[in-house]
Amino acid sequence: MKASMDRRSFLKGAGTLALGGLIPLNLIEVAFGKDNPQNFTFGYISDSHLTHIKGTQFVRNWDHGLRRAVAEVNMMDPKPDFVVYGGDIAQLGKKEEIDHGLEMLSAIRNKMHYVMGEHDYYLDLGKYWESQLGPQWYSFDHKGVHFVVLNSILTYPDWTYKRWPSARERMHQMARLDNPQGSPFMVGEAQRAWLQQDLAKVSKDTPIVVLSHSPLYKIYKGWNFWTEDAEQVQALLQPFRKVTVIHGHVHQVLYNQIGNISFYAVMSTAWPWPYANTYTQAKSLVPKLTVPMNRADPFHERDATGWTSFDLANGHVDTHYQLWSNTDRTVAFNMRDGKPEDTVYQPEDQRIPPQTQY
Amino acid sequence: MNYKHTRFFLSLTLGLGLGLAGSVNVQADEFTKADLEQWQQDFTWTVKKGERLFHSPLGSNTVSCDQCHPNAANTHPETYPKFQKQLGRVATLGDMINWCIQNPAQGKPMSLDDPRMIALEAYITYERRGVPLAPGKH
Repeated sequence: MKASMDRRSFLKGAGTLALGGLIPLNLIEVAFGKDNPQNFTFGYISDSHLTHIKGTQFVRNWDHGLRRAVAEVNMMDPKPDFVVYGGDIAQLGKKEEIDHGLEMLSAIRNKMHYVMGEHDYYLDLGKYWESQLGPQWYSFDHKGVHFVVLNSILTYPDWTYKRWPSARERMHQMARLDNPQGSPFMVGEAQRAWLQQDLAKVSKDTPIVVLSHSPLYKIYKGWNFWTEDAEQVQALLQPFRKVTVIHGHVHQVLYNQIGNISFYAVMSTAWPWPYANTYTQAKSLVPKLTVPMNRADPFHERDATGWTSFDLANGHVDTHYQLWSNTDRTVAFNMRDGKPEDTVYQPEDQRIPPQTQY
Repeated sequence: MNYKHTRFFLSLTLGLGLGLAGSVNVQADEFTKADLEQWQQDFTWTVKKGERLFHSPLGSNTVSCDQCHPNAANTHPETYPKFQKQLGRVATLGDMINWCIQNPAQGKPMSLDDPRMIALEAYITYERRGVPLAPGKH
């Protein structure tokens, strides 16, 4: 642990871009795989919100976040089997923003999988994204694990097709998180039917990992920390013994266990979001299990942002939050308790003052 | 807009009324339900203006306050003034708003009595209504 932290401090001090070679960021060795017991790890970058200002100008702060994540993912050791981008490459769905992000992400020396975010979608309903990155939902198998990628940020057709005078206006409305005129995310009937068929081919003891942008459970509707048909999606996943959902959107350390399903959020490279229960004018359902991340220090531009890496062990996921300007966190599935737990801070008496959110 | 016109005519009418009455001696602590409603409207208008500003670019790079602070969450207006270790002094909410305008939003600071600053403070504080004051709290 100490050695690992020293390496990170060294990395942070030296500047990641200057270092070309392989530097061990984490050395976790895990064994996993129902049919093919090999070690494997994957990297996760998400929510970069690259914002086009004009011409060749983009918001510097958000660019820095994604660049740094790309550099660090390339230095993972053991090398990840693949890297996932968890959605919201763009801020307002513009081609310029998506292209700018893909240009940066093209430096990753790994196979990539992409998840659709609402900021990528609501300008042209995902057309440009799809033309560059392929289908919005699909599944793949890797070393005995069945991975499912969903587009969970769809919403009611009336809102999408009839409500707004222009595509640009629709995008702006969806881009505002606290928008009283917003509309809840959903996976939708067509995709749920596809998921049911897709899962019908999979044996019940195969570990399932679902990658979505929004959490596939309900935290706070007012910020769309929410998926309207979450229960129906969960019901499709319920027959499987080991299920993990990994999602973006919330820009924070967040984890939960509902029945057989473990949920983990990933970090944003751009900015952190408050926990929904710190908004005192509305009720929300922040999972009690989550030990919050430290309250963000606005004076450190990259604080409370970062990226995430995952190990698969015994059909369950261990999550490593790579936090810039802060101590890294590991939330691992505890086989005895049957739920994810922080490996350091989970007991009440181990928590530190900056984790108090209010 | 309509409301502003109404207020103008209201003052005009009131002024004429007082003029006609001549000898009415208005006491400082005398106010009516209509006054209270009027002041509340004025405050609400300022909160709404603050909400608009909070969701608009205030600097040079299109970044707005709500991007990090939906519903002004994680701004903790009830804890100011407080010692801000990064500034090395006791700071007000306005100081912190200016810090955000200058840094993440890459803009120019406002004077603390700028009507836009007052509107931003009104919105941020209104979204935190009901939370006990806790000056100095970290």
